[in-house]
Amino acid sequence: MEKILEVQDLHVRFTTYGGTVQAVRGVDFHIHKGETLAIVGESGCGKSVTSNAIMRLIPNPPGKITKGKVLFKGQDLTKLTEKKMRSIRGVDISMIFQDPMTALNPTLTIGTQLVEGLKQHRKVSDSIAMKKALEMMQLVGIPNPEERMKQYPHQFSGGMRQRIVIAIALICEPELLIADEPTTALDVTIQAQILELFEKIQEVTGVSIILITHDLGVVAKIADRIAVMYAGKIIETGTKREIFYQPQHPYTQGLLNSVPRLDTKGKLQPINGTPPDLFSPPLGCPFTSRCPLAMEVCNKVYPDSTRLSDSHAVDCWLQDERAKKLLATMVTNKR
Amino acid sequence: MKSNQHPHHIAAKEQIHDDWFRWREKDKSEQEQVSRPSLSYWKDAWRRLRKNKLAMLGLVFLIVLIIMAIFGPILSPYEVNKGVLSDQYQAPSSEHWFGTDSHGRDVFTRTWYGARISLFVGFMAALIDVTIGIVWGGISGYKGGRTDNIMMRIIEILYGLPYLLVVILLLVVLGPSLSTIIVALTVTGWVGMARIVRGQVMQIKNYEYVLASKSFGTKTSRIIRRNLLPNTMGPIIVQMTLTVPSAIFAEAFLSFIGLGIQAPYASWGVMANDSLGAILSGNWWTLFFPAFFISFTMFAFNVLGDGLQDALDPKLRK
Amino acid sequence: MLRYILKRLLIMILTLWIIITLTFVLMTSIPGSPFTSDQTSNETVQQNLEKHYNLDKPKYMQYLLYLKSIVTLDFGPSIKQPNQTVNDLLGRGFPISFELGIVTVIVAVISGITLGVLAALRHNGIIDYLAMGIAVLGISIPNFILATLLIQKLAVDWEIFPVATWASPMHMVLPVLALATGPMAIIARLTRSTMLEVLTQDYIKMARAKGLAPWKIIIKHALRNALMPVITIMGTLLAGILTGTFVIEQIFAIPGMGKYFVESINHRDYPVIMGTTVFYSAFLIIMLFLVDIAYGFVDPRIKVTKKEGE
Repeated sequence: MEKILEVQDLHVRFTTYGGTVQAVRGVDFHIHKGETLAIVGESGCGKSVTSNAIMRLIPNPPGKITKGKVLFKGQDLTKLTEKKMRSIRGVDISMIFQDPMTALNPTLTIGTQLVEGLKQHRKVSDSIAMKKALEMMQLVGIPNPEERMKQYPHQFSGGMRQRIVIAIALICEPELLIADEPTTALDVTIQAQILELFEKIQEVTGVSIILITHDLGVVAKIADRIAVMYAGKIIETGTKREIFYQPQHPYTQGLLNSVPRLDTKGKLQPINGTPPDLFSPPLGCPFTSRCPLAMEVCNKVYPDSTRLSDSHAVDCWLQDERAKKLLATMVTNKR
Repeated sequence: MKSNQHPHHIAAKEQIHDDWFRWREKDKSEQEQVSRPSLSYWKDAWRRLRKNKLAMLGLVFLIVLIIMAIFGPILSPYEVNKGVLSDQYQAPSSEHWFGTDSHGRDVFTRTWYGARISLFVGFMAALIDVTIGIVWGGISGYKGGRTDNIMMRIIEILYGLPYLLVVILLLVVLGPSLSTIIVALTVTGWVGMARIVRGQVMQIKNYEYVLASKSFGTKTSRIIRRNLLPNTMGPIIVQMTLTVPSAIFAEAFLSFIGLGIQAPYASWGVMANDSLGAILSGNWWTLFFPAFFISFTMFAFNVLGDGLQDALDPKLRK
Repeated sequence: MLRYILKRLLIMILTLWIIITLTFVLMTSIPGSPFTSDQTSNETVQQNLEKHYNLDKPKYMQYLLYLKSIVTLDFGPSIKQPNQTVNDLLGRGFPISFELGIVTVIVAVISGITLGVLAALRHNGIIDYLAMGIAVLGISIPNFILATLLIQKLAVDWEIFPVATWASPMHMVLPVLALATGPMAIIARLTRSTMLEVLTQDYIKMARAKGLAPWKIIIKHALRNALMPVITIMGTLLAGILTGTFVIEQIFAIPGMGKYFVESINHRDYPVIMGTTVFYSAFLIIMLFLVDIAYGFVDPRIKVTKKEGE
């Protein structure tokens, strides 16, 4: 399968008055054509920064991509001029933001906001642009599109607004869609509708989707593959099946245990503690202080990635042979 | 998935000892070191204010000004209103630090007397505004509903009245004096403060943490002290720092149109107005000192107000 | 929208009524009545006054007739200038003051917005510090002090601009500069802070994610939203500029209404004070009303919430 986007060793830093925040610290992942990749993690783990870095939307200053590549169809986006990058934003890669209540400009009509990207990039006539806009409104399921085009954002409900945001993102027929917490601000019933819309869109247009979320329920519904992020690093990746049924990293396991599920019994177990301060991230595994299976080695050295299958990889010292022996003795001791 | 290839990782890898593969002792301190020491609201605000150099400059200037307003006239051998006509228009010298004016009065002495008047007018106006504003806005915001509606309509109507025109009208009728100027400035001046207080009270009384504290049975006095006060005081203090200079400006402005404070008092506005003609004849100091102090005082209050606004905004807490 | 306009209209009328009543109550409460005191030297003036203010009728009739005269835009006679009415003074002075005011507003708005936008776009850069430095000075230095400074330097010392009177465009430069600096500074600061806030909004990020050109984002998406608060303070600024003309016209010897007004205060020419106060208040209150309506038209959110009956 063709890799449409490949991120290699991405580093992003923010310089603030309080010091330098290393928000993203060497992230690698890729996404295939027509696939949905979910990036999962707690708030502040760097997942949104990663998605903004792909689009080069990190405000500089204070933020900066200090290292790494973002290869979109072989072309390194970090090296492009701002002008060239602009011709990619909205055309090849589009983005959807978390809160549809604030993502639309309150003083412009929906129609204006829909067609402006199209007019910027495709130089089409007004009538063609309007026709395309109507088509998109229908695709995302907005009734009476012609009438609705003339209205302002505050005249729409949250779910409807998110549909419009999706329509805006798709109007230039991009190959990659980055959705940053697209359902978080919505009611549960609306969430389900929006997720169904994503599936429908992917069927119709074949767009690849990077879904940024902290919600494992969302992930379970529409993701093909999952990347788990913690403290600026991707600590485990795999297919949905691998992550949900064979999670290897204690953090991934913790995440799954902290969500109610129908197929498991027993109490929910929250992950105790808080993520580390990214002003001075630990040298070793950042999860050490919260990890129930932490070893002395963990906060000294960051573990290498261990490949468990073609699609499954994890950064954890427990994969080391010496750790496995330790685990075995623990199990026998318990008996 | 590519593996990590940071140089320090590779270097470190060679040093991985087998005995590092043992369970780690959990120490409590490790988890807690992440959280910063929590500061009280005012300490935290003060810490942030101190970082703002401009605001600190304003604060220092105002403190010096207040000290000089109290002690300045005592330090000077001259009297405010007694001048020696033969000493008229003396340039600044070791004898008269700020020179003398058209009546031969010492400008240095008069400047600090002027500071007393200007600061008194400014602070009194602000204090009265705050008092009325807190009561009106507090009741309006706390009661809500119909009471709030009526009280806010009254405010809306008063807000439409042109502030300085009403002040002028009142002073024409009451006659300009220290007390009438303060009264005139506060008759409609409190409206802005009342609006701010009302907005704050409305917002905060519905905050979840306030409701939560209530439901935990926290005492009302504690809720007011811990929750309401810090969150309402910020905007009130900021508004005060803006009321004081606008009152000082208004007083100076009134002097200019002949409604200023009358002798024996000497306000900065009166001093500046008296010396308007004098600068054309080259006696710049008679205008310069009052003008400088009016401007710098307004500057100081403005930058301090800005600084406080940033420092007291709980949303900006880091 | 109609409901909104009606509500504002009602408040406007109430405010107007209060200021008219206030002038009446205050003036009639002056000890020894300003209209009959010995300040009036001239017999015909006295007669004119008695006629205009109906001093022979009971108080409530005086009040009602006073209301009527104001509504019919008759502001009464002057005490100090025989055979002059307040309307005569307004007719002569107001056009000049209006010209000064309008030019000041235009200069202040354009320069203030430009300065504010530049500062926001170069946040924490040299332009930002420079613009905010100018703004802080502009807010701190009262206009009458700035005016004397400008006269001293630009007119007397360097003789670049003429000073006093109102003869040519060159005569306008210094008074407009003195009057516009304060409001400009306020507009600049407000524009900058709202612009900075708007620039962090999601819809700006969204516009960037669409690949729009930066200038398009600023003009179409940011500026429009950033300017709304500027509209709301226009009423206050107009009031400030208007009262500013009192001192500026006095200092520059411009024969505008402000100058007459200050003279009338100094001479305690009560009918002129009353008439001018009412006229200026009405002018400002109507302006405030128009600003409110304009805001309703610019911000689509107001139209609908009001139409749906709040």
